[in-house]
Amino acid sequence: MDHITFLVAVVVVTALAFDFTNGFHDTANAMATSIATGALKPRTAVLVSGVLNIVGAFLSTEVAKTISGGIVDDTLVSPGMIFAGLVGAILWNLLTWLVGLPSSSSHALFGGLIGAVWVGAGSNGVHFDKVVEKVLIPAVASPVVAGVAALIATYLAYKLTARGRKDSVTKGFRLGQIASASLVSLAHGTNDAQKTMGIITLTLISAGALGHDAGPPVWVIASAGLAIGLGTYLGGWRIIRTMGKGLTEIQSPQGFAAETASTAVILTSAHLGFALSTTQVASGSILGAGLGRRLAEVRWGVAGRMVAAWLITLPSAALVGGISAAAVKHGGNFGTVVVALIGAAVAAGIVVVSRRNPVHANNVNDHHEVAVRTAPPAHVGTAA
Amino acid sequence: MSLDWNALGQVTAVSIGVTVAVVVVFALGVLGLARFEGAREDGGGTSSLGLAQAGLCFLACAAVVAYGIYLIVPQFH
Repeated sequence: MDHITFLVAVVVVTALAFDFTNGFHDTANAMATSIATGALKPRTAVLVSGVLNIVGAFLSTEVAKTISGGIVDDTLVSPGMIFAGLVGAILWNLLTWLVGLPSSSSHALFGGLIGAVWVGAGSNGVHFDKVVEKVLIPAVASPVVAGVAALIATYLAYKLTARGRKDSVTKGFRLGQIASASLVSLAHGTNDAQKTMGIITLTLISAGALGHDAGPPVWVIASAGLAIGLGTYLGGWRIIRTMGKGLTEIQSPQGFAAETASTAVILTSAHLGFALSTTQVASGSILGAGLGRRLAEVRWGVAGRMVAAWLITLPSAALVGGISAAAVKHGGNFGTVVVALIGAAVAAGIVVVSRRNPVHANNVNDHHEVAVRTAPPAHVGTAA
Repeated sequence: MSLDWNALGQVTAVSIGVTVAVVVVFALGVLGLARFEGAREDGGGTSSLGLAQAGLCFLACAAVVAYGIYLIVPQFH
């Protein structure tokens, strides 16, 4: 494989790293409510979700034919820009994970690419009308639709089962949650793993290592599937806590209603070719389910921070992507190495900071807040 | 920019319709199950009506799940 240059190898590795953070970030979408209601034990939930993501990756044959879905001009995109965009997306994913906010991995990727292409090829390389159509409108519409669906469904579920024996009702809905959560995981694997496969495949084609119109080689499918599955299995526990406990206290009928709403919205939109973010759909469902149970408390402060994170995801990732692209453009291989090393150092720093107040399978349900600093404010730690 | 309002409307209508239908049917199933379990514990008798209701409702939900898997897996189309 003498076509595989240094840069191409770096892009492949970075793409797999992004895929890993994508799985890691999105475990919560499928499993947060099941974990919060006790339908599945935390470890079991992430294992089921991880395996279904890998299965989904192998099932999906329709690998993304464009890198960005038309948001940037794919003919202007070079491997260097893809690398810069991926760095922006990875760093944003890690930062939002640290503060426990569910933000969209797809928006981070789009943002990173937009920034990188803007700097690398000029603003005419970015299709802003497509940004509105594929990012903005679904971002507003999909959580609202999922929220309304979950709200009505939750209200009816409580109304209908009010006369039933409590423990039977709880048990029944818990069992239902396992099925609905598994469907979300499977759908996630077929959608998100193929984005990474598409990026790697298109990079290999542009480098001449694969012929035009070539499908992804088996090693690409396998490595992308494993990366997203492993990320899902390791689980972004901080985000799981926010979605399962932080937004509202979820009971099993609400969890079932929320997951059913997410599944319905994801599948109908995918079927009608409507792009959306799984994260935003799942968050909207959970908020709707919170409102649907009378007197259930929705923590609007957490919801507000989450929406703020959605708004700045794309520009923030674009900024990092743009800076990285400038370094790669002017610095060549040396610039690429510098960006990669700085990116790795920042990522390691974020992981170190997260250790101060770790969230893991054993304590994910204990609390509803994800703090960066250690809990007792006796000694003031600075959040780096 | 061409926004497909039709597709957006369809997604909205179908999503809300399917979600509410599945959750209502499932809730009725859970109610049937609760009745069956309640009858078994209280008087030793069984509520076969409750069991039938539960079975029927869960079967309907399983069919929806199967259709969902059909939609997800491209090899099936």
